[in-house]
Amino acid sequence: MTYIPISPNERDAMLKTVGVKSLDDLFDAIPKKHRFPELDLPPALTEMEAASLLGEMASTNENVREHMISFLGAGAYNHYVPAVVDHMLRRGEFYTAYTPYQPEISQGTLQAIFEYQSLMTNLTGMEVSNASHYDGATATAEAVNLAYAQFRGKRKKIVMSPSVHPQYREVIRTYTQSLGLVEAGDEVSADLEAGPEALMSLTDESTMLVVVQYPDFFGRIHDYTKLIEDAHAKGALVCIVANPTALLMLKTPASMGADIVVGEAQPFGIPLWYGGPYLGFFTTKKSYVHKMAGRLIGETVDNRGQRSYVLTLTAREQHIKRERATSNICSNQGLLALASAVYMSALGKTGLQQVANLCYQKAHYAASELSKIDGFGLCFSEPFFHEFVLCCPKPASEVNAYLLEHGIFGGYDLGKDYPSLENHILMAFTEMNSKQEIDTLVEVLKEME
Amino acid sequence: MATIMEPTIFELSSPGRTGVTMPASDVPEVALPPKDLLRSEFPLPELAEVDVVRHYMKLSKFNYSVDEGFYPLGSCTMKYNPKINEDTCRLPGFLYTHPLQPIETVQGNLVLMYELQEWLKEISGFAGMTLQPAAGAHGEFTGVLMMAAYHKSRNDSKRTKMLIPDAAHGTNPASAGMLGMSVVTIPSDERGNVDLKALAAACDDTVVGMMLTNPNTLGMFDEHIEEVVALVHKCGGLMYGDGANLNALLGIVRPGDLGFDVMHINLHKTFSVPHGGGGPGSGPVGVSERLLDFLPSPLVGIVEEGDGDDMAPLYGFVTPKHSIGRMKAFHGHFGGGLVRAYTYISMHGPDGLKDISQYAVLNANYLQARLRGTYKIPYDRICMHEFVAEGSFEGSDVRALDIAKRLMDYNFHPPTNYFPLIVHEALMIEPTETENKDTLDRFADALIKIAEEAKTQPELLHNAPHITPFGRMDEVKAARELVLCCWLPENYETLT
Repeated sequence: MTYIPISPNERDAMLKTVGVKSLDDLFDAIPKKHRFPELDLPPALTEMEAASLLGEMASTNENVREHMISFLGAGAYNHYVPAVVDHMLRRGEFYTAYTPYQPEISQGTLQAIFEYQSLMTNLTGMEVSNASHYDGATATAEAVNLAYAQFRGKRKKIVMSPSVHPQYREVIRTYTQSLGLVEAGDEVSADLEAGPEALMSLTDESTMLVVVQYPDFFGRIHDYTKLIEDAHAKGALVCIVANPTALLMLKTPASMGADIVVGEAQPFGIPLWYGGPYLGFFTTKKSYVHKMAGRLIGETVDNRGQRSYVLTLTAREQHIKRERATSNICSNQGLLALASAVYMSALGKTGLQQVANLCYQKAHYAASELSKIDGFGLCFSEPFFHEFVLCCPKPASEVNAYLLEHGIFGGYDLGKDYPSLENHILMAFTEMNSKQEIDTLVEVLKEME
Repeated sequence: MATIMEPTIFELSSPGRTGVTMPASDVPEVALPPKDLLRSEFPLPELAEVDVVRHYMKLSKFNYSVDEGFYPLGSCTMKYNPKINEDTCRLPGFLYTHPLQPIETVQGNLVLMYELQEWLKEISGFAGMTLQPAAGAHGEFTGVLMMAAYHKSRNDSKRTKMLIPDAAHGTNPASAGMLGMSVVTIPSDERGNVDLKALAAACDDTVVGMMLTNPNTLGMFDEHIEEVVALVHKCGGLMYGDGANLNALLGIVRPGDLGFDVMHINLHKTFSVPHGGGGPGSGPVGVSERLLDFLPSPLVGIVEEGDGDDMAPLYGFVTPKHSIGRMKAFHGHFGGGLVRAYTYISMHGPDGLKDISQYAVLNANYLQARLRGTYKIPYDRICMHEFVAEGSFEGSDVRALDIAKRLMDYNFHPPTNYFPLIVHEALMIEPTETENKDTLDRFADALIKIAEEAKTQPELLHNAPHITPFGRMDEVKAARELVLCCWLPENYETLT
């Protein structure tokens, strides 16, 4: 299959205009001994054959809609995506456009992303949102970069709660490995039952950023107001990694005083897609906007007096600031920011609150039923939203293997990241989990030997 | 009062309107968390589904796109995105798999990732490949982290300098800057190659490596590439290849064969993943033998060999010995990036891939030939997939920006302008292989006509565009007033 729309006659005419005899003659600058390698790749398929091959590959998977009951969450959530979302994403005008460098012919993308920014600031209560980051983990790492830049490298300590997503903490460490930072709070020995106040004793005058999650990785809802007051008294900034679905019900991170609120907006209209692409959101206070990485869209007028939008504060970015830029990010998750904007608009105030309530109700029903089974129980006593830690009578890996035989993905085996939680499973519930699914889970677990 | 072309989604909201609703709860109701943990206000829009559809349809019409016309944005490779990709990436087996489900239940995904890794290695000539990076710049950052880790593993702590040609993309110095490296700019010679003398003078035992885009942003393949690589390697540095311009090289030459040690590949340029109005992209990174152990974790690998007969191998995740760590959560841009690229490569095969690059280069040279004489081509030789012309004329105050904006009146997307920085009033033109001769001719005719207009009616260019729904924007006002979000109308008074 080719997508080249040039006939042999046209090709010959073009070669003549260029002044060469053949296509191969265009490549004289390439070292001869390496020119035109024979590539060992499978022969070309037609579209019909490719569609069939990909169809077979996809159907080899067990998926959470057609085959499996799933209680997996841990940073990626199985929510319903209304049909209207994908219909809008499939508009070629949106998905085959580039980054809106030419605002006169990119107002569609620019206004949509401006609205996305607005939806995120209204959701988190923060003052500014950028146009997105690659995912929740990299958005969190960029929060560390912001804090590092804010203190011009003079403060080098980050305090991280052990209940921040383990992969997010790993990405922070990868991103900052050459900055010589000191990390505290998430050691293997950290007390997982301690409240957020435990981080206060670790925060000091050398701390640039405190990172916590809301609800935390174990699903617990903490009020971080005191922690933030304490950090601010010591001059440090605080970043809250938030789940956007939970923010449809819970008090905003802004109301607790957070300086930066980031997170993974995959729950808002983006399919599980085996882990990506997702949508990292990044919101902060206006005073940090110049240190913030990523694209930013601002309102203005055109020379005909029409309200319109442009990429703004571009002097922060790599193509102008080069090696002095805070980050090298350019392409972000534009189309997925659009997806989440359409998702939020289509569900609106009513639908979104229904989603949050269903997640909450299903998780609490499951928690109550699971706790009744001998040997099982909830690991923590704090309020939770739609995810909780189930304590099992044997290793999580064995429980999950048993559930798998019954067509159930039980949840995330916490022993992989927390040695002390070998017998613990992190389970997530959304509007997609019916009472019947939960009852099946309970029945199956009751019969486990 | 300014005209409002389309109200914002907040302005369209009407209290009490509902859109998509959820089923009633099927479980016994429990109380919500304590009140002091709940939010009291809910400032999000209320609309019906039809309001939402009409709004976004209206907005979509304000965009120019590849599906609509020619988009010759230099170094961005705005090629046609095959429609079949949109269907394969939305197969339920891909859409509804969770990144943490057991590997035995997602072998389809893992085989796809493994084969794509192998194909990209074969195409680029590298020994190892990670699919994790989310975009080109993210891939660059990954590559530079590996270069630093390599030197560190050899206790070679003096190396702090990154050599970067003056024609480089801005991401290159920014990536080096993220690791606190100092950047040494290497000039280009009069034929658009790296200046070998300047490079030799900069090469010493403090060099981390060199970040080179080849072909470079002038569209020139470096005529001394082997000498460049040899100089950098001789002083102990590593060669980083910026793969943004790989669309010129498929089946033409493999960067790994030329001696590059690490390179990112933009699946959203070369391998037809659509740009989505600014992403998501996908930026796999290839490495030579000596960087294999430093690749990010996890990689897709074979965790249990098959018997070559009935039993297929089991694919899963492996961690390189001295991995730099994880670059993002989960496994990369699987659905939107990897599935589309896999579909595209499977439909091309070795000969089809070579055709892509040959025709991309033919189209660029054809346009260059048509414009020569009307526009100054500062580095005038056979170009690769793109070339740079000067957007100014002697005795005229018309600038590249004016030409770019005027092209919109002819219903073309402008080329990249003011980049690379080493060309005065640069217009960087990359037609790609998916344009026919008629389109290229119409585009060349338009540019030639605009050159004429620049002489006879310069005001027409200064005030362009004229026929687009929006005119030139006041960018200063945007940056000064910093209106970065909007609210529900009833919240304006309390929040602004």
